[in-house]
Amino acid sequence: MASSSSVTFPNKLLPYLLLAPQLAITFIFFYWPASQAIHQSVLREDPFGLSTQFVGLGNFRRVISDPNYVNSLQVTVIFSVATALIAMGLALLLAVMADKVISGKGIYRTLLIWPYAVAPAIAGMLWLFLFNPSMGSLAYLVRSAGYNWDPLLNGNQAMVLVVSAAAWKQISYNFLFFVAGLQSIPKSLIEAAAIDGAGETKRFWTIVFPLLAPTTFFLLVVNTVYAFFDTFGIIHAVTGGGPGKATETLVYKVYNDGFVNLILGDSAAQSVILMVIVIALTAIQFRYVERKVHYG
Amino acid sequence: MNYRGTSLSLALGIILASSTSSFAVTEISWWHAMTGANNEVVETLSKEFNESQSEYKVVPVFKGTYPEALNAGIAAFRAKQAPDILQVFDAGTGVMMAAEGAIKPVADILSMGGSKFDKTQYLPGIVAYYSKPDGTMLSFPYNSSSPILFYNKDIFQKAGLDASNPPKTWTEVWDAAKKIKASGAAPCGVTSSWLTWIQTENYAAWNNLQFGTNENGIASTDVELKINSPVFVKHFQDMADLAKDGTFKYGGRTSEAKQLFLSGECGITAESSGGLGDVVKSGINFGTSQLPYEADAPGAPQNTIPGGASLWVFAGKSDEQYKGVAAFFTFLSKTDIQSRLHQVSGYLPVTLAAYEATKKSGFYDKNPAREIPIKQMMGKAPTENSKGVRLVNLPQVRDIENEEFENMLAGKQTAQEALDNAVKRGNAAIKQALGQ
Repeated sequence: MASSSSVTFPNKLLPYLLLAPQLAITFIFFYWPASQAIHQSVLREDPFGLSTQFVGLGNFRRVISDPNYVNSLQVTVIFSVATALIAMGLALLLAVMADKVISGKGIYRTLLIWPYAVAPAIAGMLWLFLFNPSMGSLAYLVRSAGYNWDPLLNGNQAMVLVVSAAAWKQISYNFLFFVAGLQSIPKSLIEAAAIDGAGETKRFWTIVFPLLAPTTFFLLVVNTVYAFFDTFGIIHAVTGGGPGKATETLVYKVYNDGFVNLILGDSAAQSVILMVIVIALTAIQFRYVERKVHYG
Repeated sequence: MNYRGTSLSLALGIILASSTSSFAVTEISWWHAMTGANNEVVETLSKEFNESQSEYKVVPVFKGTYPEALNAGIAAFRAKQAPDILQVFDAGTGVMMAAEGAIKPVADILSMGGSKFDKTQYLPGIVAYYSKPDGTMLSFPYNSSSPILFYNKDIFQKAGLDASNPPKTWTEVWDAAKKIKASGAAPCGVTSSWLTWIQTENYAAWNNLQFGTNENGIASTDVELKINSPVFVKHFQDMADLAKDGTFKYGGRTSEAKQLFLSGECGITAESSGGLGDVVKSGINFGTSQLPYEADAPGAPQNTIPGGASLWVFAGKSDEQYKGVAAFFTFLSKTDIQSRLHQVSGYLPVTLAAYEATKKSGFYDKNPAREIPIKQMMGKAPTENSKGVRLVNLPQVRDIENEEFENMLAGKQTAQEALDNAVKRGNAAIKQALGQ
């Protein structure tokens, strides 16, 4: 009995019954809206739904041939890579530092976790208040130092601002996982290396970092998805996709085309493309990156 | 025990009262986008109307920003749960007009209320903006505003400018701005809210320039933009040149520039007359004047076009509900209500009677700034360039303009390139929205 790895239910109906609530939720909150998006993506409709026309893949063709769509794809790649790298890099640095602290460890950790509780739109507003060129207190300091800070018109500066806000908010989450990951690394390994004469940097890159790989990989997936989807509130509050289209990510464009410009077909087509991109990204990450991850 | 007994009977009483009232009273839902002091006005008006009679009850619901309220209304209509009244901002007018099966013209509804609907008692400029080409008024103008010039008198004095003689033309504005900057009276000379609504749509009407074909879309939905003509190009190139050294400062796509004026960073701004309340509140020593125009534009200044929002009524409601809406709109049109709304909120009065009554009361002698937008809008009979701008996708076209203006002010393109791009992209977007 103990050697058998699979558990069997004597009742044929019970497992389905137990799964039903979960399946129902998945169906109602994922498959149903997703199927609606796919349905909408092949239609051309006025905002009120008074006249509907089937256009097949027409919406997709138009979206893909739109230079603004290619632009928002580039913006998304830059934004996501920068956000994920900064959020994970700083979180790892902070985790390693916090791990070394002997007294007051709990306080440091608690304080570092707090920003995660801030809602994206609020995080965006906080950064906007600090760096808004007309009223931000830090913007005033930056400009007094002689730097021409104007994210309202300078696209690169606007990008720096939204990446900072998005990364800042995610650092706490990453920190939490890195701290947990660091704690699971056997102290004996590190001590043995130290006795063998390995310096701190050497110990980090040859022992700690490889052993953290599962955590890092998990966070990479989570951070990419975060940068793709959960940063809408930040961008909406801070730049509204501007200046020009400098911070218009794919998700922001879906919103803008659907809810501001009221072109539902194009918007739905974009969200279907987005769905495909995320499925593909996740599949690639699990298929290729995960192979290189050592789960110890 | 005793306490529980009382609360139980209280609850029962409430249930009884509410259920009996639901038999007698027709509820009229009103979705709006008013915040702060303006939201209080909405609540007060509804309360006063509900207390003035017993047949109908207006229930106002706040639905977020202007675009959010419009989207909520559209989504509710698609789900067959539309409110009776929806407040839609100026740029959404074309969107609503294009949806003929979804809305019921206000002109029809007002005549259902028993009283004969007389269009002539409303302000002509505003009525024209919210009417179909054949003259049928489609929505009820609730809050209308118009852009005017605000200037900081202290900064003017410091810069050696005459604070009692504000600039009248854009050339004079740019000169004053240069003096403000050069004298160090303020870090920035001039700014402007709404480069779209003020510097493009109203700029066209005020200088009698064509914004687009077919009377800027009033005569027909088929519109080609004309905002890359030489006068526009020169205006925006002047602005872009002044932006290089910060004489002109960009504040944002909507009314964010107001902040630059209120903080004393910029000495002059063009801003909606609806922004007056905030300027007064800030306590700065300010003056107001009519919107500047181009001295060499023939016929300028012509007239400005209304901004703000109007109330739309959805189709497919019961006659009883429409009668209630008619009663409410008639209530809103009353002279004393309109005069008070105008004097308290800074919106334009909707009826001529309310304007005359306010004038007679001597209100404008004490508050000249309140009359400027009315005079601007009523000064001359509108031409085909100045009835208004109506596009089926004006919010989208404004976004396109904003993007091009931002790239221009950042020094990435000239005014000619920016306006050419705006015309090209805007025309394509209009074609797509019309399904061509």
